[in-house]
Amino acid sequence: MATLALSLKKPGVIPGFGITMGFTLLYLALIVMIPLAGLVIKTLELSWEEFVATITDPRVVAAFEISFGISFIAALINAVFGLLVAWVLVRYDFPWRKAIDAMVDLPFALPTAVAGIALTAIYAQNGWIGQVFAKFGIHIAFTPAGIAIALVFIGLPFVVRTVEPVLRDLDPEMEEAAACLGATRLQVFTRIILPQVLPALMAGFAMAFARALGEYGSVIFIAGNMPYKSEIVPLIIVIKLEQYDYAGATAIALVMLIASFIMLLVINLLMKWSHIRRGGGMRS
Amino acid sequence: MTDYALNIRTNHPLAESRSVRLTLIGTALFYIGVMIFLPLIVVFIEALRQGMGAYIDAITEPDAQAAIKLTLLTASIAVPLNLVFGLAASWAIAKHDFRGKHLLITFIDLPFSVSPVISGLIYVLLFGSQAALGQWLDSHNIQILFAVPGIVIATIFVTFPFVAREMIPLMQEQGIEEEEAAILLGATGWQTFWRVTLPNVKWGLLYGVLLCNARAMGEFGAVSVVSGHIRGVTNTIPLHVEILYNEYNFVAAFAVASLLTVLALVTLLIKEWLEPRVEKE
Repeated sequence: MATLALSLKKPGVIPGFGITMGFTLLYLALIVMIPLAGLVIKTLELSWEEFVATITDPRVVAAFEISFGISFIAALINAVFGLLVAWVLVRYDFPWRKAIDAMVDLPFALPTAVAGIALTAIYAQNGWIGQVFAKFGIHIAFTPAGIAIALVFIGLPFVVRTVEPVLRDLDPEMEEAAACLGATRLQVFTRIILPQVLPALMAGFAMAFARALGEYGSVIFIAGNMPYKSEIVPLIIVIKLEQYDYAGATAIALVMLIASFIMLLVINLLMKWSHIRRGGGMRS
Repeated sequence: MTDYALNIRTNHPLAESRSVRLTLIGTALFYIGVMIFLPLIVVFIEALRQGMGAYIDAITEPDAQAAIKLTLLTASIAVPLNLVFGLAASWAIAKHDFRGKHLLITFIDLPFSVSPVISGLIYVLLFGSQAALGQWLDSHNIQILFAVPGIVIATIFVTFPFVAREMIPLMQEQGIEEEEAAILLGATGWQTFWRVTLPNVKWGLLYGVLLCNARAMGEFGAVSVVSGHIRGVTNTIPLHVEILYNEYNFVAAFAVASLLTVLALVTLLIKEWLEPRVEKE
């Protein structure tokens, strides 16, 4: 207690710091920090050679390639269409605009298992969209394309929600000045608007990518889950757990955990950059 | 600001030509229609494929009822706990000054960046029979993993930051002048919290609870790893959907899934209603 009081920069008059901070730290330690530390400790039980052997197993490497590759593609699709949707929602008026704006958040609210079975029903060979593609011999569900669809769905709100406030706050005078000086609308977009939106766009991309990397529920229904072809890393972890290969599951989980912490760092930096580029005008 | 926004939407000289505008709106609406509305519609169409009778049978059948009860039980434990934590954390962080604040906030946000599967895995490692703690619990006949307590703890983990991350920035923005005034006028800490702080943040708090609850009831990955999938015992609604689906009982799977879809829609509706109120705070 004495040390806590010492670390205060200036003593405030508001009471309850000790008890609320104590509870916060205790709860954080019990629910989050100790279990996460347990994962790291469990990995230490493996020798370096075993660790490397686990994560370089061809089936695991294939899963890493699928997870990272398709998450990247899905985030890219989300970046393009997310920017388009944000643009349309901010700049134009049309019937039901507010309702559509609200529905963009559906992937955050809809449980992933529901998304998984609904998307599978749509993109399976006899589904509404699946049968159209099936005529051309293209299968979406139970292939990597199905994984991409699920990851696009769950990542859809991120880019829209990071880009929307930036677009709304853009200074119209800059666009007017550029137009007065003879810039075409396309030049205004690529030279004036896009550079200001870019940090937020990249942050949204990184968030969608990070979310896609860890996604499990929506993917497993539509992926087909064939080893080397459509198995994602989270599924490999579950399979190893079901085989009681706890050390193997933990080794792979640690790699994923490190990847998500790197993404967290990247996202924080991008958000800061976005904030600076916007002149720090918006509340964070 | 609003004037400008309205202008550019209609016929501002800087706006794109009508054809460009219509193409962009059309593409965006098509994209949202296919990606968002189609999955929603499919859930209800598939659920009602064999009529209302089959739909009602699927959601009133004992295993489905057990799953609904377990989901409600889990949320009713996880949400209040995270609510109390969120309030304590935001009081400590927003109303006081100390070193390492940013680090603490980062730690509180951690569960959001952990894959759901890994969120389950960490508790398997902690409470499983291979671990020291798991063996001790086994010898005292306390079952956490593959039982209800495990499901509750995994749910607490994945919904951990919701209330706190909503409350901390809100309370920070409101500053401490009102609380200081209350304390100096002789109010106790509790009185200050109940009468000054809480009324100022009530909509934000509700917002955090709403999102926390939606995730608690819908979580799949983390709960799936710790549940053990015992029908009628350790199946939440999302896990029950998976079991029905894997048994090719599609109508029942979508019928039960429609309950979660309604929950999601209601959540979005309340969220829309709350957002302007939170903005005012």
